[in-house]
Amino acid sequence: MEGNGQIVLEMKNISKEYYGNKVLKGINLSVHKGEIHGIVGENGAGKSTLMNILFGMSVIHSTGGFEGSIEFLGKPVTISSPFDAMALGIGMVHQEFMLIPGYSVTENIKLNRETTKENVISRILGPGLQTLDWKSMGQDAKKALARLEMHIDEWAKVAGLPVGHMQFVEIARELDKEHIKLLVFDEPTAVLTETEADTLLSALRRLSENGISILFITHRLHEIMEVCQRITVLRDGVQVASKLKSETTIEELAQLMVGHSIEYMGKRKVNLTERKTILKIRDLKVLMPGETVQKVDLDIKEGEIFGIGGLAGQGKIGIANGVMGLYDSYGSVEFEGKEISINNPREVLKRGLALLSEDRRGVGLLLDMSVEMNIIAPAVEIQRKFLKKFGFFSLLDRSQIRSFALDMIQKLDIRCLSPDQPVKRLSGGNQQKVCIAKALALEPKLLFVSEPTRGIDIGAKKRVLDTLVELNQKNGMTIVLTSSELAELRSICDRIAIISEGRVMGILDPDAEDAQFGLLMAGEYAVR
Amino acid sequence: MRKLEIKKFLANNAVSILFVVIGVLGLRVSGLSLPFFLEDIVNRLARNSFMVLSLIIPVLAGLGLNFAIVLGAMAGQAAIIVVTHWKIPGISGILLSVLLAFPIAVLLGILTGRLLNRARGKEMITTLILGFFANGIYQLVFLLLVGSVIPMKNDVLVLSSGVGLRTSIDLTGGLKNGMDDLIRIPFPISAVIIGILLSGVYLFKYFFQKGTVRIGKLLGMGILGLFLVGWGAFHVYTHSMFNFVRVPVGTFLIVLGLCLFITFFTRTKLGQDMRTVGQDRHIAEVAGIDSDRVRIIAMVMSTVLASIGQIIFLQNLGTFSTYGSHEQAGMFAIAALLIGGASVAKATIGQALLGTLLFHTMFIVSPLAGRTLFGDAQLGEFFRAFVAYGIIGLSLALHSWKKQMLAREEARRSV
Repeated sequence: MEGNGQIVLEMKNISKEYYGNKVLKGINLSVHKGEIHGIVGENGAGKSTLMNILFGMSVIHSTGGFEGSIEFLGKPVTISSPFDAMALGIGMVHQEFMLIPGYSVTENIKLNRETTKENVISRILGPGLQTLDWKSMGQDAKKALARLEMHIDEWAKVAGLPVGHMQFVEIARELDKEHIKLLVFDEPTAVLTETEADTLLSALRRLSENGISILFITHRLHEIMEVCQRITVLRDGVQVASKLKSETTIEELAQLMVGHSIEYMGKRKVNLTERKTILKIRDLKVLMPGETVQKVDLDIKEGEIFGIGGLAGQGKIGIANGVMGLYDSYGSVEFEGKEISINNPREVLKRGLALLSEDRRGVGLLLDMSVEMNIIAPAVEIQRKFLKKFGFFSLLDRSQIRSFALDMIQKLDIRCLSPDQPVKRLSGGNQQKVCIAKALALEPKLLFVSEPTRGIDIGAKKRVLDTLVELNQKNGMTIVLTSSELAELRSICDRIAIISEGRVMGILDPDAEDAQFGLLMAGEYAVR
Repeated sequence: MRKLEIKKFLANNAVSILFVVIGVLGLRVSGLSLPFFLEDIVNRLARNSFMVLSLIIPVLAGLGLNFAIVLGAMAGQAAIIVVTHWKIPGISGILLSVLLAFPIAVLLGILTGRLLNRARGKEMITTLILGFFANGIYQLVFLLLVGSVIPMKNDVLVLSSGVGLRTSIDLTGGLKNGMDDLIRIPFPISAVIIGILLSGVYLFKYFFQKGTVRIGKLLGMGILGLFLVGWGAFHVYTHSMFNFVRVPVGTFLIVLGLCLFITFFTRTKLGQDMRTVGQDRHIAEVAGIDSDRVRIIAMVMSTVLASIGQIIFLQNLGTFSTYGSHEQAGMFAIAALLIGGASVAKATIGQALLGTLLFHTMFIVSPLAGRTLFGDAQLGEFFRAFVAYGIIGLSLALHSWKKQMLAREEARRSV
């Protein structure tokens, strides 16, 4: 069936800009009848934008549409809303389930497509008051589930089902729609256990044998190799490759997926084995929604810049947040040889750890307060600095605050009108610098930095990274840098841990091969 | 296992059980005779059930407790004022006021619904404040505009200055009991009828809709029905005091009609859409349901039902405070619904009726109990107000607490 069936979907030369920022550049994608076509790429590679275009989502049209054309079954089509896509026979199985837990399997499968019967009142007041025909709805649901060879009780409540079954309910809903021709699976195996994933993959094969085409988006490369006939790799909005499965290997895909050209910032090689461990993390488990950490062991050496990378949602962000006590966490963390209680942010801060949060505007800054107050607030609260004592009272020492703030503004080059300016008026890059100044006021021994360059323009990015390196080299501060941008990690870190599914997949040197990073990020530790 | 179930039942119905206890104790302390109490409670059930039932549909649609039924109540009152001015008495007057209130209630419902679509996630506080705001407009119209801008000459209704309505309006000789007095049956006879109907319905269900009723339930309902028939027949035969309790059957039939309609409605396409939107608006929208429209429809239905509810309420009471009756309508109906065991996210017909019963039992007994216990009826009065507001506050707090607990549980389970 390799590429010789009828072409179902053809996307030609698709480009998309968001506010002058090109996120897709000339993508060509074609899917044949009954083909399983894999799409791989890192976060931000453009996978979801491409799918949003296919489904005519409003994000696309409210930001000026896209360039290029779409043909479906050989005819050019305009898809301006998800309903257009639905009418053509394109269905989507969402990454987060679109299921109502309180409803039965049948009700979920027939959601807003319920079969109805006329009654006396509906004849007078209109079809909205037709009664639901439970019997035929149940039969339809059963039929759709049978096509997947799933035998779930169609009247069971979804809330009690195992996650794997929920996924099948979602697929059954798409199958129940008449004339479904193309199904898009967005990271369908992310939440499944291995056996559940296997069942899903064989269901995919069965669907394709029945002539339904499938677009399969995932970052699990071995799954792609298992079921797909052709594979398209996206990176930074560019179509890096489109290959037949037989022509490629997992290693090559990993290489293609990551493949950044890295410029090293000329970091010195440090001999880490001789340094003592400053932070020892054992069995760390963090209940951070969407970034759950399952079980992490790490040893951070004194004076290093340690990188934590991985794809979004795998738990890399959760580590710093867990140690700092912002989310419920379990496990043991030793700092300078002594245990710290990790669910107590105050104590953690007192011990000399600090966090530059990824949620700059939410956690990192008091948006309505002035630059200087933002800089000194935690130091006042935790270390009782910048205070004048009057017997039982303590007042803020205004002149000391002002001179410290001015010093920071000059050192970090924070572009503001005065230390009195509210931080919400500053640009993203300058806000980030205020956060750095805030962390410096605490004079931490170890600084967690999460996503420091997110939402910052390129020039400011480099300056923020330079500042981090300078802090590390001049003040000897240990830095743990968490970032989604591998290039950024590789440019300044001494070692990089890659997190997948809430665990450390491996720790690499910054100059390790691209493919190695790619494999670890895709959770392919078995393949090495 | 069984012990756990009992514990769960107690925990889930704590509020209702507490009020049953308070009601029974209060009844004992107050020293009210049963026939006297029955007369009062039957009347009050007829008066308020419809209003409480009008709250169910917005809960279904995920809008929470609709404090804006105050607006519906205003529409009903406005219609009553007009009909009283025109001096149309009895059932024809009531039907006319329902007709007059309808367009006003629909308009108010649409406006409220549209407002709520802009205030997503803050529906309840919005409806609460909207009630206060609408009260201002209501006062403007009936205190200032009537007689000055809107021509109205009526010595009974309008203040002696010729502008604005008097603070209380008497419906005696007009709408008073217009619906209640259609059919009145002594309580024991209605007990016999209810007994026969109850056992009849369950027998029918057992033999003709197999599988819907278990034998245990059939026996239980059968015995209850037989008991009602026997008890009623006994009292009819002995000419006891219970025969002076005369049940307003007409009003109860209307309430029954509304119950049937709500049951029917939840089984329709629109009802299902409403439930879907109530469960998760985002998923509903992805499935192609126009959630804004569904929410507006829910508000319109609730407001219209509330306007009818207020007309039923006032014809039963026979007099009303022009600038105050609608105010209480919202608070008390919501308190009643919550006492019945409903929450912000779930409300059933049974809960609405049970809540009305318990709430009004407390209303009847608390002043008397207060007088017997503390020598002051006013204390009971305070207790009433305290309970009405207290229960609303408590149940809102409990609801958000439960939601937080669930979210935490969810986070824990996802690991």
